[in-house]
Amino acid sequence: MAEISQDSGSHKKGRKKRSKKLATRIDLTPMVDLAFLLLTFFMLATSLIKPQTMEITMPSDKKVLEEDKTVAKASQAVSIILAKDDKVYYYFGKTEGAKVLTTNYAPDGLRKILLTKNFDVAKQVEDLKAEKMRAHLKEEDYQKRLSQIRANKNAPVVRIMATDDSNYKNLVDALDEMNICSISRYAIVDYDEPDKLLISSLTP
Amino acid sequence: MPKAKIKRKSTWVDMTAMCDVAFLLLTFFMLTSNFTKKEPILVATPSSVSEIKIPETNIMTILVDKTGKVYFGIDGQEKRKQLIEKMAYMYKVTLTPDEIKKYTLLELAGNPMQAMKAYLRLPADMRDLPQNNLGVPADSTNNEFKEWVKSAREVNPDLRIAIKADEKTPYPVIKKVMKSLQQLNEDRYNLITKLEGAPDKE
Repeated sequence: MAEISQDSGSHKKGRKKRSKKLATRIDLTPMVDLAFLLLTFFMLATSLIKPQTMEITMPSDKKVLEEDKTVAKASQAVSIILAKDDKVYYYFGKTEGAKVLTTNYAPDGLRKILLTKNFDVAKQVEDLKAEKMRAHLKEEDYQKRLSQIRANKNAPVVRIMATDDSNYKNLVDALDEMNICSISRYAIVDYDEPDKLLISSLTP
Repeated sequence: MPKAKIKRKSTWVDMTAMCDVAFLLLTFFMLTSNFTKKEPILVATPSSVSEIKIPETNIMTILVDKTGKVYFGIDGQEKRKQLIEKMAYMYKVTLTPDEIKKYTLLELAGNPMQAMKAYLRLPADMRDLPQNNLGVPADSTNNEFKEWVKSAREVNPDLRIAIKADEKTPYPVIKKVMKSLQQLNEDRYNLITKLEGAPDKE
């Protein structure tokens, strides 16, 4: 493979006897081959994209949640029940005598409902984001103002309940909607008696 | 008329430049690479708009597959060694140094401790077969999963919890995992998702 070429002085036709000079030019083709082989290996074996994560904080024990529940006004409460076949049941306010509605995970489904409910906060967050783009707000300032907006007392409180028929994707989708709609107060709670009765009365 | 002489060009191409480029790229990839982790089973994570990246070190990975089997693993071979020794002691399983060594080389393992010895003895290409992975039990009667998390936390207090689950995993399994974590007061964790395009609001 590695041929060493005589420096071609093709125009010279003379048959002068001369000492054989080894050319300094070396065929680099095999080396390039090797380099690309290794390159391919590294390209295929690496994972350049780091996985995304969603950070969630769960209430560490039930007492905290009870307190949260009492703080939340009935008018702010939204309950979402993730059912099977990507169906979502939701109702506002108290469980007793609530009017249960059905929606789905499409952009004009759950997201629309939550955005309408959380209109003020969502709008302020939008404005802040736009301002950040325009005026190049510092990251700290941005975060500070964001948390101020999110601390809005009138923002809805969302309870997410997943039924045993739902899957993990449903849960992540629901949590994702909370992020999109800038809802800061939400909790994953157990799907228990009053809600079970409510839903089962709905579906024969 | 004299014939126009066509100069014969040499076919020789100078490879030096190409070689330079190839090695430059090679160096780049070698330095930036962190190898794809080998996982015993392929899971399709759900997508989300979250843009937080997961840190590279001090991660406790909880992998949940479609059928609800739970796999568990932490990073760092030295830490893994301490972990498996702790677990083996707790469940009174005697592992040979060779088996412990084999465990430290595994990113994730999902088997009850009683089946761990047999699992580690398997040849490497047999380990990923579904029938050889029973999943870490996480039921309320036999919650080995909880012990794993607890021991891992003792071995490395800086660990962050990452849950990687398949999007088709039924919720009861996730609930079991979350409940176990809750009981251990591990209330902050990460759910691994893949990136989704930015949503349109209206």
